[in-house]
This record gives sequence, C-alpha cells and structure tokens, in this order.
Amino acid sequence: MTDTSERSITLSDQKSGLAGDQAPVISMIGTKAMLFEAPGAFTMAHQRRIWALIEAAESRSDVQELIPGVTNLMLVFKILPKDPEQIAAWLRHAWDTLPERHIKGRLFEIGVQYGGELGEDLQRVADHAGLTPEEVISIHHGNEYTVCAIGSAPGFGYLHGLDPRIATPRKSVPSLHMLAGTVTIGGMQAGISALTGPNGWNSIGFTEITLFDPMKEPPALFAIGDRIRFYPESIVL
Amino acid sequence: MITVLETSPLNTVQDCGRPGYRNLGVGSSGVMDMLALRAGNILLENQPDDACIELQTFPFLLRFDAPASFAVTGIDADMELDGRKLLPWSAVTASAGQTLRIGPPRNGARGYVCVAGGIDVPVILGSRSTQLRGGFGGLSGRFLEAGDTLGIRPGGASCSGYAVLPPSVALKNGNDTETPGVVTLRFIPATDYLLFTEQSRAIFRNCEWKITPQSNRVGYRLSGDKLQLTNPVELRSYGIVPGIVQVPPAGEPIVQMADANTAGGYPRIATVIEADLWRLAQARIGSRIRFQECSYEEGVDAMRPVEAWLENMKLMVSRYRNSCMRRESGKAGGKK
Repeated sequence: MTDTSERSITLSDQKSGLAGDQAPVISMIGTKAMLFEAPGAFTMAHQRRIWALIEAAESRSDVQELIPGVTNLMLVFKILPKDPEQIAAWLRHAWDTLPERHIKGRLFEIGVQYGGELGEDLQRVADHAGLTPEEVISIHHGNEYTVCAIGSAPGFGYLHGLDPRIATPRKSVPSLHMLAGTVTIGGMQAGISALTGPNGWNSIGFTEITLFDPMKEPPALFAIGDRIRFYPESIVL
Repeated sequence: MITVLETSPLNTVQDCGRPGYRNLGVGSSGVMDMLALRAGNILLENQPDDACIELQTFPFLLRFDAPASFAVTGIDADMELDGRKLLPWSAVTASAGQTLRIGPPRNGARGYVCVAGGIDVPVILGSRSTQLRGGFGGLSGRFLEAGDTLGIRPGGASCSGYAVLPPSVALKNGNDTETPGVVTLRFIPATDYLLFTEQSRAIFRNCEWKITPQSNRVGYRLSGDKLQLTNPVELRSYGIVPGIVQVPPAGEPIVQMADANTAGGYPRIATVIEADLWRLAQARIGSRIRFQECSYEEGVDAMRPVEAWLENMKLMVSRYRNSCMRRESGKAGGKK
C-alpha cells in the first residue's frame, strides 16, 4: 500500500511543514471530533482567545461537547460533519477576529501544608532550582495562578502562573499512591491532584479541599478563569 | 432484582456513557462494545441507553429474584439458565429464583447482560455508567462483587424465543484483506501522522500489532516495531476521545478506550473509526490487530451498515413481538 500523505490530514490552509508558525493547526480526530491548536507560546493571552472560541462554539448546534486544553480546543460533534473544512474555516475566522475573553473568575485562597510526608518532593524541587526549600515555598505562594482548563481527571485544573525558577521536570518514577489534594509541580505547570493514585508530578505540600463532587452542581470546584492564591498553613522541613 | 452470586473483579454497570462532562475532566465511560448494548436493548425493546452489566471476567453467576427477560450479547460462550443451555444474542425469560451462569467466551472478550427494563442504578451526571477513576456511577462507582443486588427498572415486557446474528457475522469487514485471526481496524490519520518518519508510518499500517496484557477499559497498549518521530515534539495537554492512537516516547502505540483520561499529551498518529471500535473492544489480550487507512468520508460511510443492521433488527424484533402478543391474546380467549 502506498502512503497517502498527500491526503489532507490537517484541515488548515498551511502545509504541515509550516505548522505551528503562525496559523492554527486544525485536525480531525476520527469522524466525531475536531482539534483546534493555537500557534505560539502558552500565554494567558492565547488561552483567553481559546476561551473566546469556546463561547463562540457553544452556540453551534452541531456541537455535543467542547473540551478546552492548554492553548487548544476539541470539538466533539453530535452529528458527523458533512464538510469538516467548512467548520475549520469557521474556527479560523473566529480565532482571527474574536477579542480575548476575560473571565472574572472567583478567587480561591488555599491553605497548604508545605513539605512533610505529603510534600516529599519539596527537597527535589529545591535541589533542581538551586534554592532552599523555604525559598521554593515562598516563590510558590508568591504568585497568583489562573485555571486555564480542567481535564485529565475529574475536577483537575491546569494552572498558569508558575514561576519558572521552580519549574521541575516530572519524576521518572511516579509516586504510586499520591493523595487527592496534593499540591504539585509538573514541568512548567502547577496543580492540585484531584484523585488519589499514581502521579508523576512533584509533591510539595497538601491541602484539604475536594476538587470534585458528582453530587454537587457544578460538580467541579474550579471553573476556567478562576484564580488561586496559596498560603502556608504549616511548613514541615 | 438481580443478585450477583459469583464474579471476579472488572465487571461493572454501564450504559451508552456520560458525554458532556469532559470539560470537567470526567471521561465518557460507557460500554466498550456499543453494538452489543444497542443490540441487547433492541432485542428487549428497551430504550437505547438502558444500562447493562458489562462482563470482562468469567465465569459470572447471577440469580433473578423476580421474573425477567434478558439477553446476553457481545460474546459467544457457554451459558446456562438453571442448567438449560442458552444461545447468546437471544431473548430469554427467566422465572424468579433461576440462576444464570456465563462461562468464558469462545469468541469475543466482553459480554453484556441486558435485562428488559434496564439495570436500575442512580443516574449521576446524566448516566448510569460506572466511572471507576472518579469512584461514582454504576453501583457505588466500583466493580461488582458477589452478594451485590441490582434493581431492574419497571416496564420491561416479557417475550423470548428469538435471536439475532452477531455483528461478527452480520458485519464482516467488507474492505478487508483479512488474515485469519487478525482484526482489521480502519483509521483516519490524526494530527501528528506526518511528523512520524515515512518508515514508521509504513510500519504502523503494515505491522501486525499485538494487544499486550496492559490493556483494559482505559486503553490498549500494543506491541510491535517502534514508531519514531522525524523530530521530537513537545505537546500541550489536549482533549482525548476513544479511538485516538497515541505514541509515547517508547514508540509503541496506545489506543484510548471508554475509560480514557479526558486529556493527554503524547503525539497522535491516528484515530480508529467509530464503526470499528467494537471490534477492538472484543479483541482479546494476546491477539493481533492491523490498521488500515481510510479517508474521512469512508469513516463516516462505515457507520451506514452498522445503523442499517440495527434498524433492521428493530423492525424484525417488533414484528416478532407483535405476532407473539397476538397469539397470546388469542390463547387467552380474546376475540379476533
């Protein structure tokens, strides 16, 4: 069989070699879903434009679900699109013309028990950053974070706002039983684990909050655009 | 009511799934083999999304505590109602106190016990499906255990004595260059397809991939030759739907399934088309699969024979049941 690489895979008007330079990349994920990926860096400006796109796509009658990611958006369709290229053109136009959507989210102030058994990777983060654990803690709660998207696990928020000085690669050997509520750093992202289970992110502390309750409306504690400030409740070094 | 008498882990209550909450990180769940559930619900004249018991481990024994009609779909296996042999994919009526035993499948991997009226567990976030990661839905968000009791929703009619051809017979893959024992899955190239080396793309299409033991409702890990990107890429977290084929750094693909996470970050080489996902759901650990490229249009068209098969089944079942009911009312002495 021959390679049919000439067949259109990405629906954008750019050729794949140039993908990611300036134009968004739009591709079909099977017959039911379409993925829109913004060009450029992970900035809040880009994420706000993704939020604008969500609002616009919510008004489409052919959409069943919208799954926001980190500078991307997946559309899952109710009815399989007859002409995906037409929807791609609509998305491109919306991306080019819509202004950034500022969401005045709620502010969560979250007390953290830094270090100790439930934040056992604090030293690892400090070593990687070339800082003391105290400095890592103070940098971590010095910034305000924004919930960019929710995903991966029920209620888990992808947070923007981590100070690059304490960015730390994921662990090559994940913790097998990290508790829900563990305050984590994974690469350039900060997080609070939503479920108890295996986790490759670095744990630096713990908080009592519950991120997801299926019996509540809405079931997720965070929504996109919400802001988070951490403060030290206790520190164990 | 049904009482579970014997079960191993991994068996759960599922329906058509829980769409609409992926933006909150909640995966769709639902049956792995959608055709088996839809066929079972048609056989019993249930609603399309009525819930069933999905079996992944065998044997499974249950007792009907009240009379009920049921159908076991998805697999071919030895099954008995109080020792009487039953056909899979057929509607059967049990009396109160009878025991249903389902042995290991001869064909297929996942069996579905569908009951007239549907399994009654609370609807949580719009579905009765078990969400194992979140620990909710189904029966207390967990696997079934011996001693569990499950309600049956009222309204199911009792009728039995008919069966349908399983999709493995009725829906032979027409465009196959089929090797016996190898399941062919059609795919549409995904976002990063062209970022893989030409050789890797050829391997992906031509290799027979083995389903490893690290395969479950979350996803199927495949083993075969290693797939390589022309240049490494760093991706940001993006949405996941069942059928998407990702390639982690080690180079062996993973096909995401019903319990997939809602977001991922590995390069995406392909998506298995919706019409073929049931074939993968019924492929066993250790068996081999093959990927065959198709266009978007072919992927859409592939759903037609599936829908036609189900529509035809609906028609035949309703005709049969109507004639049954006429005969019954005749026997009862009613006027013609």
